[in-house]
Amino acid sequence: MDRIDRRVVIPGELLAEDPKKAGEGTYVKDDKVYSQLYGLVNHRDKISVIPLAGKYVPSVGDTVIGIVGDITVSNWIVDINSPYEGLLHISEYPKRIERDEMAKYLRISSSIMVRVKDVDSTKKVELTLNDRRLGTLNTGRVVEISYTRVPRVIGKGGSMISMLKKELNCNMFVGQNGRIWVNGSDEDMDLVLKTILIIEKKAHTTGLTDRIMDFLRTEKEARS
Amino acid sequence: MDDKLSFFKDGIRLDGRRPGELRPVKIEAGVLERADGSCYIEMGGNKVIAAVYGPREVHPRHLQKVTRAIVRYRYNMASFSVEERKRPGPDRRSHEVSKVSREALEPVILTHYFPRSVIDVFVEVLQADAGTRTAGINAASVALADAGVPMKSLVSSCAAGKVDGQIILDPMKDEDNFGEGDMPLAMTPDGEVTLLQADGRFTVEEMREAMETARKGCEQIYEIQKKALIDRYSRLEDPKEEGSGV
Repeated sequence: MDRIDRRVVIPGELLAEDPKKAGEGTYVKDDKVYSQLYGLVNHRDKISVIPLAGKYVPSVGDTVIGIVGDITVSNWIVDINSPYEGLLHISEYPKRIERDEMAKYLRISSSIMVRVKDVDSTKKVELTLNDRRLGTLNTGRVVEISYTRVPRVIGKGGSMISMLKKELNCNMFVGQNGRIWVNGSDEDMDLVLKTILIIEKKAHTTGLTDRIMDFLRTEKEARS
Repeated sequence: MDDKLSFFKDGIRLDGRRPGELRPVKIEAGVLERADGSCYIEMGGNKVIAAVYGPREVHPRHLQKVTRAIVRYRYNMASFSVEERKRPGPDRRSHEVSKVSREALEPVILTHYFPRSVIDVFVEVLQADAGTRTAGINAASVALADAGVPMKSLVSSCAAGKVDGQIILDPMKDEDNFGEGDMPLAMTPDGEVTLLQADGRFTVEEMREAMETARKGCEQIYEIQKKALIDRYSRLEDPKEEGSGV
């Protein structure tokens, strides 16, 4: 990763004099661009600020991992690691089911991989399970990290995640909301979880993929 | 004035400061594991810790606003924070301090990004030595940034006082208790005042001077707040930590 211009800024810090450069995590006042977050500056064609902390806000099209928290007349209420709960309507289940049988298909505490179908201005979040790539997670484990670290777990062009999958023979899925599903042998999963927590802690440092690679090598040597 | 006690000795205050000098300030961000954002501050004898939770779901439900997040601020003094044991629990003073402190921070928080949610700020005074509300606001502002809450800017806060007819910066306990006036002020770095209170008597001229004095104090505190946030990041990157694995 490039080390240049990854400066830490605080809210209210002046970033640029050109309002056209204002990207995410910034605001414009009197034709000047300021940061609205505590985070790292990213200069591309626009200037944006990558947050170091914060809560996940759902946006349409995100695939997230949710945990069923309650069942109402026709909705499952799903915790999606966000200030807002998700609603999964009975009609969004891949097959037609009766209302009184909802608990048979998705129990309270079931983990599911869902997509955000719609978010309105009051942040009412509608989810869907109606896609071949979505579904319930009956095996494996789910870990939770800050959603701000998701891009680092995936890596540039998926480099980090494909390395983890390959090195550890695990199946993985990273939800946009910071929940990660892992499936593999117990031993491999232990190491994946350990690695993920390291990535979360070191997310803002450079050359992370290479260092994680070294870490995995030494861990695996110690194991054999 | 000879038989009366004076607040100055050769133009120096009782604790050795000059009239326009702050007490030593120490700020550390991210001190609590469980909170979304936190900050510990020492301003002279004041020791204050701030924790921020949220944005999160509002309970009780009827408080929620459909278009923006609400901000709740709880200022609380520990029973051991003052010389004479303070009766624990909210009282009239802490209610007032909570309200004005919340209003000092609300204008900079971009609440419209999080409709139907709440941002909870808890400020605990562990040790008090005059100026706890200003210390609380300074800590809360850093803790909010640490929690990743979007804000227009930080808020810095500092008090000015009046003793022996002279305006001083950042009064300590004796100057506050036995002086003629105390004026806490909070402002953003570009000079917008978000809190201004005063007790005691100030003439118009003294009022101007006191505000100007407090302003200068706020500017100094802002730099320390900024440094605390940037240091937290470099602390994480400290090579000494690298031995732990990666």
